[in-house]
Amino acid sequence: MAVDGSDRKQGAHKAGLWLSAAAAGCYGVAYAWRPDVAAVAVERFADLALRIAPAFAVVYVLMLLAELVLDRRRIARHLGRASGARGWAMTLAAGVLSVGPMYAWFPLLADLRARGMSPALIGGFLYSRAVKLPLLPLLIQYFGPAYATLLTVSILLGAVANGWIAVRLAGDGPTR
Amino acid sequence: MRRARLMAATRATTRSFAGMVPLVAGVLALASLVGAAVPPSELAEAVSALPVPDALVGAAVGSLSAGHPGVSYVLAGELRGAGVSLAGVTAFLVSWVTVGIIQLPFESTVLGLRFALWRNGVSFVLAVVIGHAVAAVPGIG
Repeated sequence: MAVDGSDRKQGAHKAGLWLSAAAAGCYGVAYAWRPDVAAVAVERFADLALRIAPAFAVVYVLMLLAELVLDRRRIARHLGRASGARGWAMTLAAGVLSVGPMYAWFPLLADLRARGMSPALIGGFLYSRAVKLPLLPLLIQYFGPAYATLLTVSILLGAVANGWIAVRLAGDGPTR
Repeated sequence: MRRARLMAATRATTRSFAGMVPLVAGVLALASLVGAAVPPSELAEAVSALPVPDALVGAAVGSLSAGHPGVSYVLAGELRGAGVSLAGVTAFLVSWVTVGIIQLPFESTVLGLRFALWRNGVSFVLAVVIGHAVAAVPGIG
């Protein structure tokens, strides 16, 4: 398996083509069976694509910065298996501050993983994204400040648990 | 030298990014279709009729849903108002963001199948645990 992840990138492209083809097939079936649902889905797709485009732009810039600035040594020191509490703090903060859907971050995470980022931290990052700072006022309005605080703390603790447990179950070896 | 490095980095990043476009488009398309065919509110209603603990139901519905997390907050508030337990809506809220069934093919392709499966599985269990833990605190919600 390629250490730099190039095999994985080719695999991702092929899988993407298959997934897009499968999605197109599903839309064809939906159009034949329920054209009204298919029409709504197309509208939602266009709306969603426009809404998440800024998030992908942010991810692209971060990937470019990572390509320019982050080498294996730096990633191993700050985000590797031995990065310790500082690595966790950086990762959880990044997860909380990240925007857009989860899958927008997969390309960057795959890149960082290939350069040595700990998979436990990847799991922690993806879980800590459940803390949505801009939506906290809405959460407080519905459930109160005590609930919002407790939920936020629980999610951050859950993020550490998630990364730690998932990596022990899945293994910490190179990506396959 | 710097310019050459920037150009090389831009080319590498663009190649990498462009390779992911079909995956992203596929996930977006499927998420839109699922959302149009089965709105989360209808899914929640159907699943809540099952004789299964609320937190498990909430985590299951959240795992299958896709969309802006703000929608999950509004839906959770309405479900709570309609009588769903705090454990159920909490598990729903957490799993909406942390568990991704629809994007599992994408995640497994870029991060590895074993890791993607275990990460989502553990996230699901943690959503249920957090749901119960938060609901158990006196005076909350």
